[in-house]
Amino acid sequence: MKKALAICRRELAAMFGGPLAWVLTGVFALLTGYFFYSDLTFFVLFGGANLAEGLWRFVFLDFRLVALLVTPLLTMRLIAEERKLGTLELLWTFPLRDGELLAGKLLAALALYLVMLATTLVGPLVLHVLHPFAWGPLLAGYTGLVLLGAAFIACGLAASAITENQVVSAMLTYGVLVFFWFVSWNEAAIGSAIAPVLLGLSLFDRFYGFAQGVIDDRDVVYLLGLGAVFLFLALRALGARTWRGVA
Amino acid sequence: MIVAEQLAKRFGTQAAVADVSFHVARGEVVGMLGPNGAGKTTTLRMLAGVFPPTAGRALVDGHDVARAPRAARRRVGYAPERPALHLEMTVEGALAFAAALREVAPRGRRAAVDLAVERAGLDAVRRRRLGALSKGFRQRVGLALALVGDPPALVLDEPLVGLDPAQGAEARRLLRTLAPDHAVLISSHVLAEIETLCDRVVVLHRGHVLAAGTPAALAARLRPATRVEVEVEAPAAALVAALGAVEGVRRVEALGNANGHARCRVEAGRDRDVRPALAERVLRAGWALRELRTVEPSLEEAFLALVGADDA
Repeated sequence: MKKALAICRRELAAMFGGPLAWVLTGVFALLTGYFFYSDLTFFVLFGGANLAEGLWRFVFLDFRLVALLVTPLLTMRLIAEERKLGTLELLWTFPLRDGELLAGKLLAALALYLVMLATTLVGPLVLHVLHPFAWGPLLAGYTGLVLLGAAFIACGLAASAITENQVVSAMLTYGVLVFFWFVSWNEAAIGSAIAPVLLGLSLFDRFYGFAQGVIDDRDVVYLLGLGAVFLFLALRALGARTWRGVA
Repeated sequence: MIVAEQLAKRFGTQAAVADVSFHVARGEVVGMLGPNGAGKTTTLRMLAGVFPPTAGRALVDGHDVARAPRAARRRVGYAPERPALHLEMTVEGALAFAAALREVAPRGRRAAVDLAVERAGLDAVRRRRLGALSKGFRQRVGLALALVGDPPALVLDEPLVGLDPAQGAEARRLLRTLAPDHAVLISSHVLAEIETLCDRVVVLHRGHVLAAGTPAALAARLRPATRVEVEVEAPAAALVAALGAVEGVRRVEALGNANGHARCRVEAGRDRDVRPALAERVLRAGWALRELRTVEPSLEEAFLALVGADDA
């Protein structure tokens, strides 16, 4: 665990020492800020009385898109860059478990993601000062965003672990995540036999509950489980060096 | 401390290392010698734990690198030929990070970093970013990363390559001072570079151990004869005849004529130095001696000699 923290600290220092963390956080804050502003304007003009139904739902569905856009860019370098530079090989010569390496990388990416999410709290906080509201639905939405982002990051980590090319890593992540999103868009396009399975897999269907202020245990388990599956794949990708003939 | 037993590594269908056995005891510096592609780096990487062997065993202080990878890696410091570094880190930062990964307790980390900085001669640049360092200093950071936390086994890939003579002398001195309580394995493709440094040398060729022994014994095998080149102001034929008659000379070969100067190569047994006798013979004949020097065979020639001996 100490070694995972050392990995995490180094990773955060690298991300915040260069433009990466600042640019990603800045763009994330700008986009989410604009979405919040535009959703709030819409709500004020047409919204009605229910904040959860009329405002938070739209805000969180919009934030979700920004998270989808940004997290693959955040995760694409995590392992791929180390592999390309050869520093991964150096790490492998230390008494470090692959799991500790992945845990450190995951923690660092999650920490940066949480910093990004924290910037989006500004809008709701200002709104709360002007117009007090119940925190419950907001909390549910953020819980959903954290879980969804963690699953995104786990997916990105797995993609980053199988290649030394950062673009390949990002594109694979987009491919997987967007597929899990689209899979439930057009139910007519999928056979009735596998439809229930695919719909059950849909990443974003699992988020609607959170966005509307409802935390469902099954959604929590699904998102955590999906993240765990991706982490397992990442672990296998790193472990491949023990049986494949390349480093 | 370091033991390789019939180590083999295949990449796809290609065998990078076929059958390599040797050992390095604590207190020894052992050189691994071989031309490029002989399997040196692959062998060292297996010992360092980068990937496990396809067959055979590698042990560090009794711990199998494949079965007990972390126990083995805890005891070995590895420096690759071209150190891969996190360029945004400072020298101290990178060493502290390495110390943490090598399980140095937090309170001992400062001392571990200081010791590695001192040993690798990085004091002047310890707060600099790795990206801002010259090639020589980066090489030393690679060495310091292997030294941090003081692992008892050191596996260094071409540690003397790319260093200027002063740095090379310094690195040799460092390795000698580490030797008493470490097992040091270094690789090289130049015999002269390591023969004064190593207690023993293992020669690799195409993934096999071709020869092993003390540098002196090996040099005798690698260079069965001493060769001397001579340039004299004399008729070539007369020179060849005169030098051929000197005691101990096995063979004289004319190399050509330039401006009335004859050049020839003299081969003699390794056990005796024929140079004074050659000089005396030339002077006694009344010729002017322009040049007389020992010619070392290149490692490639030496390898050809060894391989040839094996095939025969």
